[in-house]
Amino acid sequence: MILIVAEHNGSKLTKSTLEMVTAARGSGREGPVTLLVLGQGVAAVATEAAGYAEQVLVGDSAALAQYNAELWAAATAQIAREGEASTVIIGGSRSGREYAPRVAVKLDAPYLEDAISLSGGDTLTAQRYTFLARVTETVSASGLVVVTAKPGSFAPAEPAQAAGEQYDIDLDLPAARVQITGKTVEKTSRVALTEADVIVTGGRGVGNPDNFSTYVEGLADSIGAGVGATRAVVDAGWRPYAEQVGQTGKTVQPKAYIALGVSGAVQHLSGMGKSKFIVAINKDAEAPIFKVADYGIVGDLNEIVPALIAASKS
Amino acid sequence: MKILTLVRQVPDAEARVKVAGTAVDLEGTTLVIDGMDEYGVEEALRLREAGSAAEVIALAVGPKRSEDALRTALAMGADRAIHVETDIRLDAVALSRVVAQVAQAEGAQLVLVGGQEADWDSQALGAATAERLGWPQLTWVNELKVEGETATGRHDVDEGNESFSAALPLVVTTQQGLNEPRYPTLPNIMKAKKKELRKDNLDTYGVQAGVQFVGAEIQARARKNHMIDGKDPAAAASELLNLLRNEAKVLA
Repeated sequence: MILIVAEHNGSKLTKSTLEMVTAARGSGREGPVTLLVLGQGVAAVATEAAGYAEQVLVGDSAALAQYNAELWAAATAQIAREGEASTVIIGGSRSGREYAPRVAVKLDAPYLEDAISLSGGDTLTAQRYTFLARVTETVSASGLVVVTAKPGSFAPAEPAQAAGEQYDIDLDLPAARVQITGKTVEKTSRVALTEADVIVTGGRGVGNPDNFSTYVEGLADSIGAGVGATRAVVDAGWRPYAEQVGQTGKTVQPKAYIALGVSGAVQHLSGMGKSKFIVAINKDAEAPIFKVADYGIVGDLNEIVPALIAASKS
Repeated sequence: MKILTLVRQVPDAEARVKVAGTAVDLEGTTLVIDGMDEYGVEEALRLREAGSAAEVIALAVGPKRSEDALRTALAMGADRAIHVETDIRLDAVALSRVVAQVAQAEGAQLVLVGGQEADWDSQALGAATAERLGWPQLTWVNELKVEGETATGRHDVDEGNESFSAALPLVVTTQQGLNEPRYPTLPNIMKAKKKELRKDNLDTYGVQAGVQFVGAEIQARARKNHMIDGKDPAAAASELLNLLRNEAKVLA
């Protein structure tokens, strides 16, 4: 089987899961596409998952109420072994890329990390970005392979023709060794960054937190976009880390990425450089962001953004 | 308590990368110690200075030139260095076999690895090493304290961040925000030349590469670079919206 570990928010599959289904279907690997749903109280997720896979394995347990790398790795490796999986596909989220290597070591399997394409069957071949996303490399591996799929790289799958069977599974889980003593969840009322078609991002050039709200959030809300921020802005405490785009934040590839007052450091470009269209508005004509921009305006954000917000409403 | 801190040598962020044949060619490129690994070296030194650690050992696995990265770590203040010299390119899961064995041989209780190094864009080495050692891991840590056998701190997760507490031994992956790495001073650079840099051979670690590196290319996406004059804000705004709606077709 091709085992996919579903990513979900407790009640719904995320887009990344549907992308992994597409990756599995196109991989050339044999066997039923199988979704593994881990969590507590995930019956609704399992039912949704059955619409996309030939079978759904449900690990519903109090021990899985909260994500933990060691537990997720143990559960995934156990099911891969018991089901004699040929391929294990895990989401390329931060948490997915945290436990996938443990799964690979447990299964003594090669690991193709952050794949943007997947094909080839027996000799499973993936492309992935390296060198701060400036190089596209091709890597391959045979036998049982563990893969993480980069979010946004595969088209979300359409539902299968017939709903798959659901099976409850018994998991042999280790005790969690890391205690989580506090959690700050940075929730946004806007569309999630990794799922947004359009993102408006603000950098240092925006000036201050108030301007960020007025211009970056203001424009995002007027066009229904997600909000992103640069490392400098997050470090300065203007914005939460969840909004950070770049090497140490999220990697995004929306249809349009609108950068306001963003200079365009290599580390930032590595997180958004694959966007379909890039728009840059900056008062510094020499800012590196303009080199990768499809549309650029050299000018004052204080004047241009209000004009954009006004015009977008007309 | 001993700390093992891993350093990779990567191109300077501003350096151009080029591809020759099926791989990136680093000949003539300015190479530096990876930025995220550098936070690990600095954190190890701070833990030693705070009395939480007795010794800081820097480890590099790579070609001869990786010595330079180790000398930088020594000049920053690492006590000694180990260089497993090889020209073979190893993926993270294969490399973790070396790191785990060195950690065990040295009796390290804490292993520090950069969260995502700038050459292979991989986040896998810390987790794979932890699994081989049978240790827990904490990734993307931006605050770390070690008291006795307990590590506490804060790290970034998918949406937000968490405070944690875990018993040693532990693997921690490091990132920006954790600290501000020091610059090696000239006297320390001189001193570093006399510090132990032990050479080791990859053959003894029984490493098998599972991932084949097939090819590499630089795919620069062609950009329109259509510049709009911002002197008339209203006109610029309306032109941009028109382009986004009718040329790019990304806005309704």
